[in-house]
Amino acid sequence: MSKTFDIIILGGGPAGYVCAIRAGQLGLNTALVERGKLGGVCVNVGCIPSKALLHSAYVANLVQHDAKKLGVSVGDVSLDFAAAIKHSRQVSEQNSKGVGFLMKKHGVTVIEGSGTIGTGRTVTVDGTTYTAEKAVVLATGTRVKGLPQVGLELDGKTVISTDEALFLEKVPSSVAIVGAGAVGCEFADIFNAFGAKVTLIEMLPQILPLEDAEAADALRKVYKKRKIDMLVSAKVSKGVVGDDGVTITVEVDGKAKEIKADMVLMAAGRALNLEDIGLEGAGVERDERGFVKVDEHLKTTAEGVYAIGDIAGPPMLAHKGSREGVLVAEVVAGRAPHPIKYDNVPSVTYCHPEVASIGLTEEQCKEQELDYVVGRFPFSANGRARAAMETDGFVKIIRGKRYGEILGAHVVASHASELIHELAVARENEYTVEEIDLAVHAHPTLSEAVAEAALDSLGRVLHT
Amino acid sequence: MVTKVLMEALSPTMEEGKVLSWLKHEGDQVSDGDVLAEVETDKAVMELQARGQGVLRQILAGEGATVEVGKLVAVIADPDEDISGALGGTEAGAARPSAKPERAAEEPETAEEPAAPTTREAEPSPAESQPTTETSGRRIKASPLARRLADERGLDLSGVSGSGPGGRIIKRDVESAEVTAPVAAPAPEGGYEDVELTQIRKTIAKRLVQSIGPVPHFFLTTEVDMERAWEARAQLNALEQGPRISFNDIILKVVAQALVEHPACNAWWMDDRIRYFRDVHLAVAVAVDEGLITPVIRHADRKSLREISAELRELAERARARKLTPEEYTGGTFSVSNLGMFDIDQFTAVINPPEAGILAVGSITEKPVVTDGDLEVRRRMRLTMSCDHRVIDGATGARFLQSVKLMLENPLALVW
Repeated sequence: MSKTFDIIILGGGPAGYVCAIRAGQLGLNTALVERGKLGGVCVNVGCIPSKALLHSAYVANLVQHDAKKLGVSVGDVSLDFAAAIKHSRQVSEQNSKGVGFLMKKHGVTVIEGSGTIGTGRTVTVDGTTYTAEKAVVLATGTRVKGLPQVGLELDGKTVISTDEALFLEKVPSSVAIVGAGAVGCEFADIFNAFGAKVTLIEMLPQILPLEDAEAADALRKVYKKRKIDMLVSAKVSKGVVGDDGVTITVEVDGKAKEIKADMVLMAAGRALNLEDIGLEGAGVERDERGFVKVDEHLKTTAEGVYAIGDIAGPPMLAHKGSREGVLVAEVVAGRAPHPIKYDNVPSVTYCHPEVASIGLTEEQCKEQELDYVVGRFPFSANGRARAAMETDGFVKIIRGKRYGEILGAHVVASHASELIHELAVARENEYTVEEIDLAVHAHPTLSEAVAEAALDSLGRVLHT
Repeated sequence: MVTKVLMEALSPTMEEGKVLSWLKHEGDQVSDGDVLAEVETDKAVMELQARGQGVLRQILAGEGATVEVGKLVAVIADPDEDISGALGGTEAGAARPSAKPERAAEEPETAEEPAAPTTREAEPSPAESQPTTETSGRRIKASPLARRLADERGLDLSGVSGSGPGGRIIKRDVESAEVTAPVAAPAPEGGYEDVELTQIRKTIAKRLVQSIGPVPHFFLTTEVDMERAWEARAQLNALEQGPRISFNDIILKVVAQALVEHPACNAWWMDDRIRYFRDVHLAVAVAVDEGLITPVIRHADRKSLREISAELRELAERARARKLTPEEYTGGTFSVSNLGMFDIDQFTAVINPPEAGILAVGSITEKPVVTDGDLEVRRRMRLTMSCDHRVIDGATGARFLQSVKLMLENPLALVW
């Protein structure tokens, strides 16, 4: 195998492998270094398998609660978490193999092992040093982490991360989840659907702390109905692991509260994979938060070294990393790609109902003292949602008062993850709420609620 | 047989022609001598005839396109004949598509946010279709938000370069254009209309520049009876309200009003087009120690006599103190220069490009005048207008000057 490439990418997750595909398309001699499975966390222990489990959870809820009313009686329902896990693993395996196929298709050389960068655009893997003529791209991503400072170090049994949760043989009878961001809320949904008693613990004042308060509150109401316990503004002060589970002490409103559970899932933040990859030696600097310092073209402080994905800074989302991968491949190939609009990256939590958003929350609009108008439309007034008995949620569009530009949009709905993209396209192209309304929306669809929310912001809503 | 249809020299001086309309269309059977298209030359609209027969297979120069003489505009051939040789062999006469005037910006009134009864009703702009930066010949690629911003701020998008995909103008471009505009290219507020040059106007421009300097001036002089203006000024000043009105103030007010009536004189020569402004921004020549400077009274057409008077006084003071900012002495749409106070009876002023006209004002003197056979002594003043002939023709300038004269001789006409 040749030891010289145009571009060498460290990490085969959604940032790195997409960068490799684009580099291959642009005719660059490309190598991808991956120590685990192709596809990274996303494909193997993240986005993809969790979506499979969430679909199992959805079906579990459907057959137990809504099916009968929809005219389908299924008799006694038995839930088989192991089967759900098995399905999710198959999906992950297929996707990872798919990435391998894509690497072959685009002429990308995959080097198995852990890479360390050196000076002069070199990468060493298992004692062999490779040289990149044009660029080295760091895409090493993140890994799970516990909270050892309060006694909750990951042990893989009682104190677990998503790495273990995605392989559990059976659902624990009770589980505490530390962190009510997207990951915490999604696993709360899964465990709850499969019968576990779930307690969500969030340090900030609302679940989904990064989302618009109204959107987060809509999910809170649904979760409350589903008997998921939620503690917000709750600081974990101590965790004690015993033979029969874990006892967690949290402080809420200055009062200590104890929560006992079979297991605790640590879902508060992830650690950057930046140790032992030779950053200092190569002259790659990190910022005060620990991310790799990059410019608008994702160039690091070392000549010819780029960083993409989670290690290059928030939002830590697969689609943001993939886009950075494309951009860097194009920059390295001598193209002049359009800059990434980081303020137009959609964010989705795939629980039921889903919560999706783009742009500013209403709270941010207030903070920035923007002159805005809010339009809303509830799915309880949407025919398609009623037909599917999925009337939880709404579309909320925040527009600039003067020009009608879409400052932010928030969707809580059974398929919010799909609905958000109309608004992403609109924002990317600087459409205003009027262009949203002018585009005829098919009837009956959930998307009609998007158009209606746009109209509502103009004071012209039709169906409420 | 393949027949190439070339742009023909339809007049002896024709160098290029503009296809106005195709009378035959692709797929039509044509015979030798059939009129294929109407072409505007430097002098007139002429017919382009077929020089062969067959089917009009392909048209290469669409309506509105300007094509050099000798360049391919269409191909005539048998229905199934291979015409690739004809298409490849001659450089196709693809050219600047052009045509109708381009509305660059909305009137400021319509761009303002409509007064809203409640917050919920506050729509960002009328929902009805509105002619905004729509252009016919040359499409300007701009995002809806960029168009809204530009419309409201009276910014001409044709002068903005886009940084979005495919050169699309986005919000950021409009915002940065606003910041740089006064320095780079002073764009007066209020909107204007760009009109593409017709062949005739192009020829006029070329010939005239060849004959006299880069700006082909011509001059129009008229004598105005100032008796009534004299009385009006005396009466106004006797009221002792507001600043003392000078004759120059009255002339500026009248000129601004006349320019509203004659927008053809309120324009810039832009080399490839003429820019007609909707608002009047009057540049006024002010003598200063080191020479001359022309502070601009913005929106002079919307200002009262008192406002013009006060503003000019303030601008002139700061001009003499050399305290004007560049934005304050650039971007005029028409100029006025007054040497009456130096007892100059009459003079010709030099145009300040890209403006197309300047009015030179002489002193008011008592003269013997014959009116209806009687000899009278009356106060008279001479006005001389310098015109850029590429923009203003003799009759156009004369009609403008007539309006100025009429209003000065009948000051009440100002309030018509």
